[in-house]
Amino acid sequence: MLEAINLGCVRGDRRLFTNLNLRLEPGGLVEVHGPNGSGKTSLLRILCGLAAPAEGEVRWKEEKIRSLGEEYSSEIAYLAHQNGVKDELSAVENLRLSSALNGRPLTKDETQTFLDRVGLGNCDGLPARVLSAGQRRRLALARLLAADASLWILDEVMASLDSAAVALSRKFISDHLNAGGLAIVATHQELELPVSGSQRIDLRS
Amino acid sequence: MKTRSTTSMFWWLVWRDLILAWRRRADVLATLFFFVIVVSLFPLGIGPEGRLLRTIAPGVVWVAALLASMLSLGRMFASDYQDGTLEQMLLSPQSIYLLVIGKVVAHWLVSELPLVAVAPLLGVQFGLAQNNLSTVAVSLLLGTPVLSIIGSVGAALTLGLRAANVLVALLVLPLFIPALIFGAGAVEASINGTTPRPWLLLLSATLIVTLVFGPWATGAALKISVE
Repeated sequence: MLEAINLGCVRGDRRLFTNLNLRLEPGGLVEVHGPNGSGKTSLLRILCGLAAPAEGEVRWKEEKIRSLGEEYSSEIAYLAHQNGVKDELSAVENLRLSSALNGRPLTKDETQTFLDRVGLGNCDGLPARVLSAGQRRRLALARLLAADASLWILDEVMASLDSAAVALSRKFISDHLNAGGLAIVATHQELELPVSGSQRIDLRS
Repeated sequence: MKTRSTTSMFWWLVWRDLILAWRRRADVLATLFFFVIVVSLFPLGIGPEGRLLRTIAPGVVWVAALLASMLSLGRMFASDYQDGTLEQMLLSPQSIYLLVIGKVVAHWLVSELPLVAVAPLLGVQFGLAQNNLSTVAVSLLLGTPVLSIIGSVGAALTLGLRAANVLVALLVLPLFIPALIFGAGAVEASINGTTPRPWLLLLSATLIVTLVFGPWATGAALKISVE
């Protein structure tokens, strides 16, 4: 399904990685490891099409993602470093509006269900400004679940999550894979997921 | 392939920006207040000389509208860029052209439409007659969308830069000149007793051209800024 061929990335004068190849089928997981500054985020941004690779190309179902455009966008969900949470809006409003902007409007009940699943069921009325860093991350996780995408691209998904939420995010990822989804996860921790067919990319600085 | 309706996404985006503007209404009011004050300072400074005031009225109102728009341009994409929602929007299955138009429509409703609404009131201070005041409103109604669209190009190009506000002004103010000339020209024609029609038609033409090409430029600039 997803294929990266001879990817290379250059930041300034530095060559972060070259000749990176990747092939991912439904149910498959790629863990991206590497020290800070080794190009994990750059790789993920190239894979979601936000940045263009210096060399090589990314293909989705045998077609270049550049030519697929919005069709590819509707298949992926990207969880970035920044949570994409608006301070002025409450958790419910954040989730409903971001899902609607993603082309998948939620009903009130669906919104509540997703918030309950990430453990934010009782802070729905508060503006996101007063939520903690971990709670914002949970809200971003709720957006990820609501996106209903087949390919998850996750950047440091466990950053600022407590141990309960870390376990929760592990469960979400393995559920997603078991349902035939694909996931690419950049992380410092070992994911240790009970799934077969997990691949590992080690980037060096 | 999941079915997703892009027109409803467009309205959700406008709706979201309106909610956000309402929660941050002090920013919106600051723009409006700036416009009112700048326009009102001229009659106070120059004194009650009717003919002179009528002569400078078109230029003063229009230049004040340009400057007031500058104040709000920096906000168009900056907060979405900082909290990561802009990235998410660029990854949404919606054409970037519609995305930009949604942002521009919201900006116009929030920051420009109030200027159009109060401008005729301010024109009274310059001794303008009834029909001149309606020309002021009509010319701003046609001209302010041009300011929003061209401004969005500048705002997108300077995303994430230091001193972005100053840069936006340098980039965008020269591009506002056609709208300024046509808009102020219309008001002036109406004050001199001739028809403002040709000026308003030129202004409409400017609006159409910017509406066709502006959002593409903004979209391209956004992609570069986010990359």
